[in-house]
Amino acid sequence: MAKITINQEKCKGCLLCIAVCPKGLISADKKLNSKGVKPARFTEDPACLGCMMCAVICPDCCIEVYK
Amino acid sequence: MDKIYSHPKSLRNISTHYCPGCGHGIAHRIIAEIIDELGIRERTIALAPVGCAVIAYDYWNFDCSEAAHGRALAVATGIKRIHPDKIVFTYQGDGDLAAIGTNETIHAANRGENLTVIFINNAIYGMTGGQMAPTTLAGQKTATTPLGRDVSLQGYPLKISEMLALLPAVKYIERVSLHSPQEIIKTKKAIKQAFENQINNIGFSLVEVLSPCPTYWGMSPKQALDWIKEVMVKEFPLGKIK
Repeated sequence: MAKITINQEKCKGCLLCIAVCPKGLISADKKLNSKGVKPARFTEDPACLGCMMCAVICPDCCIEVYK
Repeated sequence: MDKIYSHPKSLRNISTHYCPGCGHGIAHRIIAEIIDELGIRERTIALAPVGCAVIAYDYWNFDCSEAAHGRALAVATGIKRIHPDKIVFTYQGDGDLAAIGTNETIHAANRGENLTVIFINNAIYGMTGGQMAPTTLAGQKTATTPLGRDVSLQGYPLKISEMLALLPAVKYIERVSLHSPQEIIKTKKAIKQAFENQINNIGFSLVEVLSPCPTYWGMSPKQALDWIKEVMVKEFPLGKIK
């Protein structure tokens, strides 16, 4: 059982985390943040491996991983 | 659940000015993680370049200085010679290290200064608006080569890492990339090695990092990573050069 948290205010919406998540648990949010972009959004799911790929690729250090 | 991945202490928790998907953010974080892991935050001095990373000192939470365009290695030489106990590294882009700073780079390497150099190669000038850099690939379109770089007019991409590897005083050169999580882990390993070389007084170490510039390559962040993987690594092969 693992999960991540995403700092949506810091997120710039590059969405690289979506491209690398092996379980497809990250998507673009429907709401804009104060930067005017759609930030990444995590859906909690027991499938999350805590593999940290999203955190490793995030250029803005928005992701924390819990396991 | 325990927190297994969090913000490194050596990186301030603020939003950077970099474009979405820019490789500088990843490189900054890797360096901050390494400095935390090696426990050298109180004795590290970084040299920021001129280029997109010019205000890196606002993001790193350790001592930093700024150098005139291309002169980071000359300033770093002075700092390291006066403070040999400090860990001094430069963080330079291709416009800084391989164009205006070629002279300083080659001579610092030739003197074998005990420094660590992080060379961010994105094959373009980012800060000034996407002009051709010495490392721009043949045929690559930029603001100053709208029809693509013509090697008969503008020359070939400059391979500064291979050139420096010929110098006897250079101890370690590796080319790495940021195009996938696996490659980022390899990049971290190479940069850590370059810092450990300085701690152990081994000598001049340089890590060339192929980094995406989605804005001036005219691509999405994901396309930019794919372009490095499919096109850029053919011109700049990854691996240990020396």
